[in-house]
Amino acid sequence: MKRHLISAADLSRGDAVLILDTAEELASLADRPIKKLPTLRGRTVVNLFYEDSTRTRISFEAAAKRLSADVINFSAKGSSVAKGESLKDTALTLEAMGADAVIIRHGASGAAHRLADWVRGSVLNAGDGTHEHPTQALLDAFTIRRRLRGTAAAGARGAGLDGLRVTIVGDVLHSRVARSNVLLLSTLGAEVTLAAPPTLLPLAVGSWPCAVSYDLDSELSKSDVVMMLRVQQERMNAAYFPSVREYSRRYGLDAARMARLPGHAIVMHPGPMNRGVEIAAEVADSVRSTIVEQVANGVTTRMAVLYLLLGGTEFPATGEAR
Amino acid sequence: MCAASNPVAGRDGLAVLDSEEIRRALTRIAHEILERTHGGDGVILLGIPTRGVPLARRLAARIGEFEGLDVPCGSLDVTMHRDDLRLHPARALGRTELPPGGVDGKTVVLIDDVLYSGRTVRAALDALNDLGRPRSVQLAVLVDRGHRELPIRADYVGKNLPTSQREVVHVLLTEVDAQDSVTISGEGGKP
Repeated sequence: MKRHLISAADLSRGDAVLILDTAEELASLADRPIKKLPTLRGRTVVNLFYEDSTRTRISFEAAAKRLSADVINFSAKGSSVAKGESLKDTALTLEAMGADAVIIRHGASGAAHRLADWVRGSVLNAGDGTHEHPTQALLDAFTIRRRLRGTAAAGARGAGLDGLRVTIVGDVLHSRVARSNVLLLSTLGAEVTLAAPPTLLPLAVGSWPCAVSYDLDSELSKSDVVMMLRVQQERMNAAYFPSVREYSRRYGLDAARMARLPGHAIVMHPGPMNRGVEIAAEVADSVRSTIVEQVANGVTTRMAVLYLLLGGTEFPATGEAR
Repeated sequence: MCAASNPVAGRDGLAVLDSEEIRRALTRIAHEILERTHGGDGVILLGIPTRGVPLARRLAARIGEFEGLDVPCGSLDVTMHRDDLRLHPARALGRTELPPGGVDGKTVVLIDDVLYSGRTVRAALDALNDLGRPRSVQLAVLVDRGHRELPIRADYVGKNLPTSQREVVHVLLTEVDAQDSVTISGEGGKP
């Protein structure tokens, strides 16, 4: 494994499977009376959040604490960033405090990559602009493997997602989750199809390892997994579709569309959901929906990543990290 | 130089236990566990991955044969509790699987293939501590090769094997390695 986790493309198939297998073993921790392991005792993990987040920040915090690391939470609001401090100066401050890992969420694509040049510890990308969100992709892959390939007790250890068809639906253009998922799921052997209106697909989508369709209905019957993306209205500064109602009618997952999925198929959503826009309430609350499971799996998967990046020997510091 | 002055080279690849001897050692340990625990009431066997797990299963089967007693058996991964984690790149985890009912109030017999520094067993005791409060904990090993670095001893030993610290003891079990044998070889050597 590399020292940082910036992009899902940093992970080889072996790395990704190791993370899923590790998460599988850590999942049993949730049923134990003491949900804590001593592994990262004395290590410091900084949550550096420039953008609002509930689920990801809490998930990383819980993961680090369950491994006994010390967690420092830093949010841009109410810190010196509000006084105009640059990312680099903030990074150097964290460096001086001896952070072993920095988990960064930032509104600018590439922020995590820049940060990796400035700090000595590991950098984990928790979402940078519209670029990537690799741990979300890992927890999605973990959820898919558990649901459709079984748990470790059932022999899923070492397995990828070969032959599974995953359809990612909606606002791909603004979605870091979509990009990370396309990269990771295809690394793991799944066949990924993006279903979205042409206006919500990035220009370079042709170079991604996936198929593209403008018609959700034609993809439903052959999907093992349907992953709905949130329509990110806060990032939309132009009219990408005529109306929310029209979007919902063509690309929203309602009960009628869900009925056309194969019997074993699951419905995923990275959250937060716009109920009634990209996903109907009865779909979100159905047994096929893995939305709550994804949150629980998020903690487990992030524990696996933190353990694999920080649990062993410290990575030799590179010249530019100084 | 005569061979006797260089015991390491002299024992390279030497078989210490063959499959029959492993079988006999496990049979004896199974009897000893029954004897020491007064019939095996409230005993659970926890193997330490990798090779402790099949050993635990074999002991449970043996005890079942002798007394018709169904001894619960599971596995206990100690990786996250090791004291040498920072000396190696992060390792893959093994399985921890407790029998239904957990360890509270039970007599837990930890089972491993080789007892050496005692550090694995120390990690196992810590791991066990987080899972519950057994009434007592005992230790069974197939081979005790000496050189303890911690005040830990085994309750049941298949074979006491005096070794030099430069030697390597290899335990092979059918379930993992397709054959049963214990061999000893010189530094870093393969059997």
